[in-house]
Amino acid sequence: MRHRSLAIAAAVLALSGATPALAGDDEFKLVIENHKFEPAEIVIPANKKVKLVIENRDATPEEFESKLLKAEKVIAGKSTASVFIGPLKPGSYPFVGEYNEKTAKGTVVAK
Amino acid sequence: MLASAIIVFREVLEAALIVGIVAAATRSVPGRTAWLAAGIGAGVLGAAMVALGTERIAAMASGIGQELFNATVLGIAVLMLAWHNLWMSSHGAELAKDARNVGHDIRDGRRERSVLLIVVGLAVLREGSETVLFLYGIAAGEGGASLPMLVGGLVGVAGGVAVGYLLYRGLLRIPLKWFFTATAILVLFLAAGMASQAARFLIQADVLPSLAEPVWDTSAVLPDGSIVGTLLHGLVGYDARPAGMQLIFYVLVLVAIGAGMMWIGRGDGSPSARSRAAT
Repeated sequence: MRHRSLAIAAAVLALSGATPALAGDDEFKLVIENHKFEPAEIVIPANKKVKLVIENRDATPEEFESKLLKAEKVIAGKSTASVFIGPLKPGSYPFVGEYNEKTAKGTVVAK
Repeated sequence: MLASAIIVFREVLEAALIVGIVAAATRSVPGRTAWLAAGIGAGVLGAAMVALGTERIAAMASGIGQELFNATVLGIAVLMLAWHNLWMSSHGAELAKDARNVGHDIRDGRRERSVLLIVVGLAVLREGSETVLFLYGIAAGEGGASLPMLVGGLVGVAGGVAVGYLLYRGLLRIPLKWFFTATAILVLFLAAGMASQAARFLIQADVLPSLAEPVWDTSAVLPDGSIVGTLLHGLVGYDARPAGMQLIFYVLVLVAIGAGMMWIGRGDGSPSARSRAAT
């Protein structure tokens, strides 16, 4: 128990200074504007971990959330955040902006 | 109004379940009500601060600050719950013998109270900061609909707290003979579930690989978002589509704490033998 937590603490410390490795071609961009996602459907390669870069152009915060994608991230107003998703089996994976669930909806399609 | 009530309810529920279980599990710790209240108060304050600092936290560590923050908060909570269970394994029998005999073991009791304070504070902080942000978004958003939505938010808070309180009252009805075993098991699964969530955040930050995702998929039978799914998620860390790494974290914590409890509470396991060993 303690060892595991120490290992996590060490990993967290080590990583807080490090830059996560990312390749440009695995990056996909989403924009939130007027509590809507643009594009509402985004196609990504299946069986691969990819980075979603989400820009929130609204003044209010939004939470990018998807049970199926296992993503949960608060994006402050007028700011950009990213989440890593996958590797995913081919299929569609809905996501929402939890704070404006009625309008902020979208789908990730893995192909 | 209903939509905002549901969102806030979901956020508050998880913290409320944790507080309910911890409150019950520490029923015999002297002065625990005040410490519990302090923990909730500190959590709410902390939640507001985290909400204010969202942007700064998110920007830390090259954009994965939020995930590391969440994982760290969960990790600390897991440690604290582990400590609580191990402490209870050595003292629980005594406490069960006479739940009101609280004078002895003050030093340990004091440490247990700070553990209680930290666990409750962290649970409220984590879930609370998202609620604060949501409510802030409503308050700062397009005027019109905001009052009913704020009222909805408050209804959601009340609903979540009510479920936590019901759980607490329900737990207190368990006969004292079984009480500490039952709460220890609940705390054990709570800790394992938190470890699995921590793993999820580290996967999202690309700190850890997901390993076989998902290991199983029960989202058609019991979706995460359903009422039962949400409750099970809060209580035992149920996940309809867990990643392999989450499962590893879950089982590791379950086995580590479980083994520690058995090791500390070993002997013939009867309450009298355990209390003799502890005194």
